[in-house]
Amino acid sequence: MDSIISAASVIAAGLSIGLAAIGPGIGQGNAAGQAVEGIARQPEAENKIRGTLLLSLAFMEALTIYGLVVALALLFANPFNT
Amino acid sequence: MYPDNFYSSTFTLLADAEVGKHFYWNIAGNLVHGQVLVVIWLVVAILLVFSILGTSNADRIPHGWQNFMESVLDFITDIARNQLGESFYREWIPFIGTLFLFIFGSNWAGAVIPWKLIELPQGEFAAPTNDINTTVALALLTSFTYFYAGLSKKGLGYFKRYVQPIPLLLPINILEDFTKPLSLSFRLFGNVLADELTITVLTGLVPLVIPLPIMLLGIFAGSVQALIFSTLAAAYIAEALE
Repeated sequence: MDSIISAASVIAAGLSIGLAAIGPGIGQGNAAGQAVEGIARQPEAENKIRGTLLLSLAFMEALTIYGLVVALALLFANPFNT
Repeated sequence: MYPDNFYSSTFTLLADAEVGKHFYWNIAGNLVHGQVLVVIWLVVAILLVFSILGTSNADRIPHGWQNFMESVLDFITDIARNQLGESFYREWIPFIGTLFLFIFGSNWAGAVIPWKLIELPQGEFAAPTNDINTTVALALLTSFTYFYAGLSKKGLGYFKRYVQPIPLLLPINILEDFTKPLSLSFRLFGNVLADELTITVLTGLVPLVIPLPIMLLGIFAGSVQALIFSTLAAAYIAEALE
């Protein structure tokens, strides 16, 4: 592989996973905070809140995972690696 | 792609993840990923044995294994009922249940069974869902199913929903049909592969004890991803039906 392409791919892979982690991080923090608030206000609803929280956390995590997939494609299946 | 000294210790060797390397079989001129097929057959066999054990000599008052399988069925029924609603859910339980059980079984087969002890000439045994072909197949199956659900319920009137709020949204509605399988497959593939890579990297740094919590997290994430995939499939079908 051309060394410039390798270097650019590695940098891009790091950036893609790092940048993709910012938004979901904020979102998951918000969601978890709100869930804790909800449980504190209404402890009897804990089970329902926990289930919904886990499901929505996994949805948010998917966004970071897309970044990860791009990073993996750059590292292991680079389309510009001729 | 890894540097050579990545394979320095025996422990690392036991946990290395090989991305993009496959154990190819040539079947009638088509190259297939043998390691994925073997694990899929194993998962299917396990699921078959479980359900046959659960339903052979079924009792009116369930006990033992039948009891367990009935609670599994209850769980799946709840997923379908929550998304599809009381009136439609019954006929979609088999599809949603198959998706859930297969993905759950595959994720756990990858996380629980120590596959790295078996050596292959190329590639390695792992969860079948860490191959993008498996997840894309599952996601496309979901797409076809919700088209089938909508078309069989409403006929050609199903396509009215593409211009539903206003015709201006037509391109976005069409685009949605492509992003749904894309996000479904990437979500599952990425999550499963991310778990394995995290374990690999951690095992490379600290071989003992430290990766254990991450492995447990992998088992947990595997079940959550199965739940999410089946929930979303049910939600898409419900969207097509309403």
